[in-house]
Amino acid sequence: MMPTDIPPYAPWVILLGAVIAENMLLTNFLGMCSYLAISREMRAAAGLGAAVTVVMTVTSGLCYVVYWRVLAPLGLEYLQLIAFMLVIAATVQILEMALERLSPRLYFALGVFLPLITVNCAILGACLFLQIRNYSLIQSVCYGAGSGLGWWLAIVLLAGIRGRLQPARLPRGMDGPGIALVITGIMALAFTGLAGMLSIR
Amino acid sequence: MEELLKASAVIGGLGGALALLLVIADGLFNRYGDVMIDVNGGSRHLKVRGGNSLLIGLMTQKIFIPSACGGRATCAYCKVKVLSGGGPILPMEEPYLSPAERAAGVRLSCQVKLRNDIAVEIPEDLFAIRQYEAVVESMTDLTYDIKELRFRLTNPPTISFKPGQYIQLEAPEYPGNPQPVYRAYSMSSPAQENGGIELIIRQAPNGVCTTWVFRYLKVGDRVRLNGPYGDFWLRPTERRIVFIAGGSGFAPFKSIIQSQPEELSRRGTTFFFGARARKDLFHLDFMQRYTGRYAGLRFIPALSMPEPGDEWTGERGLITGVLDRHVPDASNTEFYLCGSPGLIDACAKVLRAKGVTDEFLFYDKFS
Repeated sequence: MMPTDIPPYAPWVILLGAVIAENMLLTNFLGMCSYLAISREMRAAAGLGAAVTVVMTVTSGLCYVVYWRVLAPLGLEYLQLIAFMLVIAATVQILEMALERLSPRLYFALGVFLPLITVNCAILGACLFLQIRNYSLIQSVCYGAGSGLGWWLAIVLLAGIRGRLQPARLPRGMDGPGIALVITGIMALAFTGLAGMLSIR
Repeated sequence: MEELLKASAVIGGLGGALALLLVIADGLFNRYGDVMIDVNGGSRHLKVRGGNSLLIGLMTQKIFIPSACGGRATCAYCKVKVLSGGGPILPMEEPYLSPAERAAGVRLSCQVKLRNDIAVEIPEDLFAIRQYEAVVESMTDLTYDIKELRFRLTNPPTISFKPGQYIQLEAPEYPGNPQPVYRAYSMSSPAQENGGIELIIRQAPNGVCTTWVFRYLKVGDRVRLNGPYGDFWLRPTERRIVFIAGGSGFAPFKSIIQSQPEELSRRGTTFFFGARARKDLFHLDFMQRYTGRYAGLRFIPALSMPEPGDEWTGERGLITGVLDRHVPDASNTEFYLCGSPGLIDACAKVLRAKGVTDEFLFYDKFS
């Protein structure tokens, strides 16, 4: 089975749109928990962003296949949440094992952030959006990659700003998550300004 | 009904397929074969299965590295020196390793995965560390808040330790304590009595382990211990000796006094024991027996706040002042301190002012 009325966007438009206009974090506010927790330090933030991008790209493709080739033909669309979670958890596990063996350097660079991705709601969000928006397989993979890159961009921006803010004397109550949310809000406003550029829905 | 079966079959099938994939991936990626652990420059070669952590690998060879958190990189007790083959330091280890330790190759053994042959350095006395099962033989109140507990070892039945070392007692789950915790207590029994051990435990307000000991533990109960640990033993020199203890810090000295009384007497030993009031002192008759028999052993208990009914004729004041008065000459002397951090820091300050260097200052701080 295939999605009906596939939107008429070129895959690269979807990829770019997912980074800028439809940024997973800054317009949908998905994946906030690890975004807030791991953005204290640039190196860790960049590592997590890279890992999220890889996982999102892979799971988008897999979830497309699971939904349109398995669930939809059998009329079991309502099982998508549990099915997608299974796929995501297994992907992260396999990716972790493969990386550890094949590229220990990258594995050590990502370290603890890799298993944390399983519970990142942005991943599940991307899988659900690609199904709601009737993307084709190639569009889905591009959407996943773009969403990952967008998430990566957002967390690196936040980590950079927090790094620059470190010497500043913040009011006690604002320190930590407080100021991070304010920064995120301002960034989201800026990204909303780009929303008119591209439409990918 | 058909719908239900179909749904279960699909989710089961999907889960099964993914699990199968995981198993295949695990077999493909996580296969390291046997690896060799070279311990202390070739003194032992251990062949263990790869893929586990170094801590677990050593445990399968009956070498127990101290660990209280169970391999979760939170207690940082399981440090060992990895000379080669350990891979880079992981992010979860970083908070626990000082720059000097990193330079020396110190790692948390619970985080080092055995991927290839590895060379490690382990202190020799860790080879003696074992897990013990024991039965509570007696519990004696020494004061209103200090108990002396005697344990008979059942498996293994004997222990070998140096007087002054400590052991970890496992406090199991009980209402209010969701998971087992380990707390360190010095042995107060002599080393030659190797079929059992004695511990002196003071009730700490809201202490997880002491609450269990004081409220739940009974004679005849089974407990688990592991050890011995620590380097708070008498150094084999010919210097004079000063012991300073507060409260349950008496324990390691009781073990040393019973184990090596001749040596203490020959070298000349003064034992300062600080307490607040008469009701906080204990084992005075024990000390009287030893000071009566060994002429070179002196015991000086001191009360900082004697109560009106105490009729105390001995030393008064903080242990630091008493120490200052009784040790005019700190040269050619070794100092052994055991007690609360406050007591040790205060005494160490007095001793350093007298010109004692860290080389001759040994302590066992409660924390």
